[in-house]
Amino acid sequence: MKPEELLFAKTHEWVYVADEEGGKVATLGVSAFAVEALTDLVFIELPEVGRVVEAGESFGEIESVKAVSDVYSPVAGEVIAINDELGDNLELFKDDPYGAAWVAKIRLSDEGGLAEMMDFAAYEKQCAEDAH
Amino acid sequence: MSDSPKKTPLYEWHVENGGRMVDFAGWSLPVQYTSVVDEHRTTREAVAITDISHMGRLRFEGPGAAVFLAELLTRRVADMALGQVRYSLVTNDDGGILDDVLVGRYYNAHGQPFYVVVVNASNRDKIVDWIHQHLPPERANVRGDEVIFTDVTPVWAMFAIQGPRAMELLQPLLDVDLVGMKYYHGDQVRILHPAAQRQGGIISRTGYTGEDGFELSVGANIGRAMWEAILKLGEPMGIIPTGLGARDTLRLEAGMPLYGHELGEEINPFQAGLGSACHLVGYDFPGRDALKKIESQPVDKVRIGLELEGRRVARHGCPIYVGEQPVGEVTSGTFAPSLDRAISMGYVQRGLAKVGTEFEVDIRGRRVSARVVDLPFYHRPKNTKRKSQ
Repeated sequence: MKPEELLFAKTHEWVYVADEEGGKVATLGVSAFAVEALTDLVFIELPEVGRVVEAGESFGEIESVKAVSDVYSPVAGEVIAINDELGDNLELFKDDPYGAAWVAKIRLSDEGGLAEMMDFAAYEKQCAEDAH
Repeated sequence: MSDSPKKTPLYEWHVENGGRMVDFAGWSLPVQYTSVVDEHRTTREAVAITDISHMGRLRFEGPGAAVFLAELLTRRVADMALGQVRYSLVTNDDGGILDDVLVGRYYNAHGQPFYVVVVNASNRDKIVDWIHQHLPPERANVRGDEVIFTDVTPVWAMFAIQGPRAMELLQPLLDVDLVGMKYYHGDQVRILHPAAQRQGGIISRTGYTGEDGFELSVGANIGRAMWEAILKLGEPMGIIPTGLGARDTLRLEAGMPLYGHELGEEINPFQAGLGSACHLVGYDFPGRDALKKIESQPVDKVRIGLELEGRRVARHGCPIYVGEQPVGEVTSGTFAPSLDRAISMGYVQRGLAKVGTEFEVDIRGRRVSARVVDLPFYHRPKNTKRKSQ
């Protein structure tokens, strides 16, 4: 996917929202900017399928050599799938952050969290400001 | 707001070359240029250069210098041979660790000996104050026993050149025999490179990585030119610049303590496993009497190395448990690139430090199994073995 098709959270997650079976499902991942900032990933802890999350809740963590970072869900809903491939293939985060490195799919319980998210242009602007 | 961070003579070079600058102990330094793991591995497998110009360099000379240092540091100084370097501590009156330092003895251009004490950047102001307290003018100016103290940090750049190919890289640059230079020894050198503008420097076979390697001090005015010259010469050997991130993972694998983590004023040398850096007979220094008392009693806690299950990392502050009983705390941790596993150092109650002892460590609210292993975690391959101290 192209980053222009995605929404971004202040906390560097992206989501892609699609209509599925009458509801909305968000596919969530971590931005290329965040992956680049972390570098040297060693571990990801994924949420469990079935977990219900609030918007803004931490539901996973990414360990790098330097530090550990939370993965937040910018949206509220139920985790309906996780990407089992990631654990043993952390290089996917670097190779294909907006595709193969998706982290989880969440069936939205409401769309409130989406309003808080940015398009790619606004997110890039935030990252440029953070870098200074 | 605090003052803006200080810049080393390499600051512009770091920024121009992709260094990710962070504020470390009041200095702006690169945490990494590319990847911490790549920088770490290059140090272990080839050679790397790190800007350590933030380290405090304190120079002592004059006829009273040796005795003054002997009365400041925990380790004997007066018997040091020319070119010898020693690891030592500075302790407060209670025996708590104010800093861990390297002291080296060299000759100046007039054939007079002088000492360089390398202190942690984070402790430089504190140690300089401590020295002034113990070196009032009436002490410094005793006729025939003068002590001249100068903080030379701003005028000298310092690089760590570490890795199995460090010697091969540096030998052609210097007029001393590096092969014959023993570990924890150093020398005043002429630098055989036009970038040095006929200036000399100080080289020592010391480091903070667990690899063979050297630390080189040159004038700040030629710092950048020498840095670039070394990088150019090292190209065929695969040299890369490395930052603070790799410096930390390398020293952790090598089981070396870091002030502010394993060492502090609330820690005494015996807890830290640094009793051998304390000579309690002979010269009196601040904390000596307290340390004699501490030495005569069993330690209450000791520094250990831990290997963790899984790939989550227990970092500074993670509590260590036996069952529900808290028995200690992690002081540093990382994912060790050369060992491909999570390692930590920390302190546990005496009696629980035996290799193989099992614990649980609380990482962000969840328990992970850990077990005590020997320090250092990493040993460099035998083929780069060198004579020991």
